[in-house]
Amino acid sequence: MKRQIPMMILSTIGTIFVLAYFSPGLEELEKGGSIFFDVVACFAFFLGGSNLVRVHIQKIARHNPGWGYSIVTLFGFGLMLFIGLFKLGNPLGIAGAPTEPGSWFQIIFQYCVAPLSATMYSLLAFFVASASYRAFRAKNTEATILLVAAFIILLGRTQLGLVMTSWVPDWLSIAQIPNLAVFIMTSPNLAGQRAIMIGIALGVVSMSLRLILGIERSYLGSDS
Amino acid sequence: MRKLALICVVMVLAFLPPPLLGEVDSALLQDSVTVDLPEPPAPPGNVTATDNPNDNGRAIRVTWELSADDTTGMKNVIGYRINRAEARDAADSLWTEASDILPSGTTEFIHSGDGEEDGPDYFAKNYDFYYRVHALTADTFSVSAVVGPVQAKDNWYNTGVTFVLLFVALFIILTVTFVRIARKGKELYIRPLAGIEAVDEAIGRATEMGKPTLYILGLGSAADIATIASFAILSRVAKKVAEYQTPLLVPCYEPFVMTVAQDTVRAAYMDAGRPDDYDEDSVYFVTSSQFAYVAGVMGTMIREKPATNFYLGMFHAESLLLAETGAMIGSIQIAGTDQIAQLPFFVVACDYTLIGEELYAASVYLSREPVLLGTIKAQDWAKAVVVGTILAGLLARLLVDLDFIKTVFEVSV
Repeated sequence: MKRQIPMMILSTIGTIFVLAYFSPGLEELEKGGSIFFDVVACFAFFLGGSNLVRVHIQKIARHNPGWGYSIVTLFGFGLMLFIGLFKLGNPLGIAGAPTEPGSWFQIIFQYCVAPLSATMYSLLAFFVASASYRAFRAKNTEATILLVAAFIILLGRTQLGLVMTSWVPDWLSIAQIPNLAVFIMTSPNLAGQRAIMIGIALGVVSMSLRLILGIERSYLGSDS
Repeated sequence: MRKLALICVVMVLAFLPPPLLGEVDSALLQDSVTVDLPEPPAPPGNVTATDNPNDNGRAIRVTWELSADDTTGMKNVIGYRINRAEARDAADSLWTEASDILPSGTTEFIHSGDGEEDGPDYFAKNYDFYYRVHALTADTFSVSAVVGPVQAKDNWYNTGVTFVLLFVALFIILTVTFVRIARKGKELYIRPLAGIEAVDEAIGRATEMGKPTLYILGLGSAADIATIASFAILSRVAKKVAEYQTPLLVPCYEPFVMTVAQDTVRAAYMDAGRPDDYDEDSVYFVTSSQFAYVAGVMGTMIREKPATNFYLGMFHAESLLLAETGAMIGSIQIAGTDQIAQLPFFVVACDYTLIGEELYAASVYLSREPVLLGTIKAQDWAKAVVVGTILAGLLARLLVDLDFIKTVFEVSV
């Protein structure tokens, strides 16, 4: 029964969503399903919050490696929760949205969370460099093709690429590095992307069918 | 003589102070204003209002012919505005604006709304409405004849997606056929995936090293197909992990995903016959902020040094940050996503990458159940049909240039 009920819900809702694609008259039923999902997801936030607090308290209590970070996490969680719930510093008072400009919640978000997120994001530049260093080694034929293509595109996007091949006559303009870079991006690269996209679309249909028909149920555990 | 008297009166009135104007005969005053009104443009002709096809009964399609003064005549029409009322002879105050000002040259407008009765855009189904179209100039307007009654009705079939329906029907037939073939016991060949074959080896390595296995479900919600596929793989991985008695860590980005993942892992441990080994806190919520999540998971990686990392689901800019950190600490890494832009990052930084559809098929590969294999086989055949159709369509367009080839594949949602 523990498996049958979720499967029945999944099959019913899944079938409605599929039919709604073909039958506009069912769109409102589909929207109802989406709202139902959002309502359930809201309750999950309470579970998420309680899980976060429990896991970090345990880490602190057991003095697990990095337990000091757990104190910071719990402090930040508690602080934002307190400020957000009681709308501290909110110019519109308790009736204002937590994200109201000038509220403490918004100030902390703008001057702490956003810069920290940007810092993490900016690390990507260094990670791309180290990953490229590993990837662009001509170890075999495929890696060599990758290296050459990447080199052409890199040059094609800079002024240097234009200067290097500006002497190439117009009738051979495809050999100019910027044009070659555009060709690589719009022909072989796009063709490959579209092939993957077609595969993904078919995979989505297949996966959905497996779920709706109840063939795929591994996520629910076995019958025993 | 009467005109002369009228002009004299107007001139006198023009120099009177405003309070005295109220005492003047209003009919006389109106006459004098009408004289100065600019000439209205020709009204729009042949106005029609019909139920908008292929929709959910919340829209009416209004069409008209351009005013004779739009592109021809006085050429002073700057736009059109659509009005709607609930009665043909409704007073002007009861006509509501159905559109903003539409640019000149426009001949069609779809007036649509939604089903929220208390909302500003509510559009009643099966209810009589009347429409009229205004042609606007800079300082005046003209009004078309009123058309109606017209009702917005539910359409139970969208004719614009017939081709999709046919393809889905074909796909279902192929799936049912191959599932039946598989049930009869015939062995179905599907090409091996290196990433899937490495799962056992990767978990075995974690066991030998006494290090945990890290499983990341990505940033998708529980409703995303990539996340659902990842739940199915997590189930297989968790079962193996339970059998090998290796710790499993599943940091989650979304609380809803966390609850489903907890259930999935718990069920897998029960299947493996080790329900007591299941630690509910092994599947935990980190945060729903993208880069804070990355920071949290990177910290876990550096502290716990997992021997095996799985990145299966929906990933965005964090893909390389996570995968590179995993590569730096020397983990075996198996990744898979349907986000095309992130695939190159995973290919570069991970040992094995499941590309797009392979992610969806991975749980089937891991289970090797004949019925599930049948669905993958059907998918392969459907792919062949798609490739064949593309080639046939291309050749047909190049060789005979038939227009219907172009229209037959058109899909309008």
